[in-house]
Amino acid sequence: MNWLTLNWPQVIELTRDHLLLSAPAIVLSVLLAVPIGRLAHRRPRLGGAVLGAAGLLYAIPALPLLIIIPVLFGIPLRSPATMIIALTVYGLALLVRTAADAFGSVDPRVREAAVAVGHSPLGVFWRVDLPLAVPVLLAGVRVVAVSTVSLVTIGALIGVPSLGTLLTDGFQRGIPAEVATGVIATMALALLFDALLIAAGRALTPWTAKRRERLLPRAETT
Amino acid sequence: MRFGSLYRLTVTVLPMSGEVAVIEFESVSKTYPGHAAAVAEFSLVVPSHRSVVLVGSSGSGKSTLLRTVNRMVEPTSGRVLIDGEDVRERDPVALRRSIGYVLQHGGLLPHRSVLDNIATVPVLNGIAKREARTAASELLERVGLDPKLGRRYPGQLSGGQQQRVGVARALAADPEILLMDEPFGAVDPIMRRDLQEELLRLQAELHKTILFVTHDVDEAFLLGDEVVVLREGGVIAQRGTPAEILGAPADDFVRDFVGADRAERELSIMDIDGRAVAVDGSGRPVGVLAP
Ligand SMILES: Nc1ncnc2c1ncn2[C@@H]1O[C@H](COP(=O)(O)OP(=O)(O)OP(=O)(O)O)[C@@H](O)[C@H]1O
Ligand SMILES: [Mg+2]
Repeated sequence: MNWLTLNWPQVIELTRDHLLLSAPAIVLSVLLAVPIGRLAHRRPRLGGAVLGAAGLLYAIPALPLLIIIPVLFGIPLRSPATMIIALTVYGLALLVRTAADAFGSVDPRVREAAVAVGHSPLGVFWRVDLPLAVPVLLAGVRVVAVSTVSLVTIGALIGVPSLGTLLTDGFQRGIPAEVATGVIATMALALLFDALLIAAGRALTPWTAKRRERLLPRAETT
Repeated sequence: MRFGSLYRLTVTVLPMSGEVAVIEFESVSKTYPGHAAAVAEFSLVVPSHRSVVLVGSSGSGKSTLLRTVNRMVEPTSGRVLIDGEDVRERDPVALRRSIGYVLQHGGLLPHRSVLDNIATVPVLNGIAKREARTAASELLERVGLDPKLGRRYPGQLSGGQQQRVGVARALAADPEILLMDEPFGAVDPIMRRDLQEELLRLQAELHKTILFVTHDVDEAFLLGDEVVVLREGGVIAQRGTPAEILGAPADDFVRDFVGADRAERELSIMDIDGRAVAVDGSGRPVGVLAP
């Protein structure tokens, strides 16, 4: 703990770096996986191929991926962008299938009813498909968030600072407290993301069962 | 028949713009790929501001016919016209918003509150949310529900309450045409009777053009100014007022279907203490004739 009292400004800075790498990757994964998953759901034939390919992305080993990305995108190796792209690739691999399943979980009769009363195709997506896909989608996003936060640490291997830096540095210099701080801070960050996502899920799906029990008596007394 | 006087009154009030919500089916056929014809050569005029009920057993093509009106089903051949215009010329989204549709299975959006469900079409049409919700709250009362229920979700309502909300949603944009697909199918007989009475009351007030689908003959006779009896494959067995159909069934199929020979339909009059009591074929009293 002595190590921490001396080095906490560095820990805070690395935590910030860690956040700035993981949050954009999680957001990008969701933004890309939702339309791809929707496409895969709407066109099952094409979808099968897309889902297969997406799943395969996860099988790419991390180090080669971190070397290929700068070449493909023409960006420096040791840049946050390289890390964010790599993390997004893994995020997509985890999330695309869940996103397709999420749209598959929407009752087709509800979708049809929405069309029948006059929703436009875009209206059906935003007002019906997307909100009703949230519960399943969110379960996938929670996995991606936790996985991304922990994967960020490998950036330390190519010299992109994050809480992973505490791990490599701690190992090299033989400071157990530094390694422990890195592990605990990473896990804390993952838990924080998870808690935020659970809260967001509650706010986005007020119609689901749990809330119902709380709403009912209130509706009765007002 | 039932709203004859109201009907005449409405027609005189309406401008002669031709916009009177007449639905015409012209030789409509529908064959789903890989199936026998669901509807064959169906022709019918649903007159302005009247209620026409399609009645037939399950699979006779009732829903299919209803859904050709709002283009949820495209006919294989034939046309559907509203006020003389082929519905295929209309933008499907605008068309559907202009028609109130009560779905066979409720079809409420589970993630929207009751009020937001009712306000769906007005909001899609760009009316401010607050205004639409206020109107929705009034509609909730109009279909006989406590406005307090407006904040619940459909999953927190009983089947009968959901059906009423479905009717309220169909009325929300004040459409001239209502399509009702077994709207009271999922409720117990007493609730059903309630809902039917309420629809009659609403229709006496609103006089919409209603195309109503049911497999219940009694419901058809109660609600229809005109009734169309369908056989398998969407073929018209008979059409007419309830009295015409009950009084002179076109053939054995119709006689059987409407139960014209059923004991409860065969009424006779008995004189009891100077009052004329109507009794059915089994001798059970069903009412007293008005003096
Ligand atoms: N989407 C579809 N694809 C294939 N066949 C269909 C489809 N919809 C309806 N059918 C068939 O067309 C026929 C008529 O169906 P429809 O739903 O119009 O009957 P209905 O009179 O409304 O029956 P119910 O009283 O059970 O609702 C049935 O044989 C049905 O199986
Ligand atoms: Mg049907």
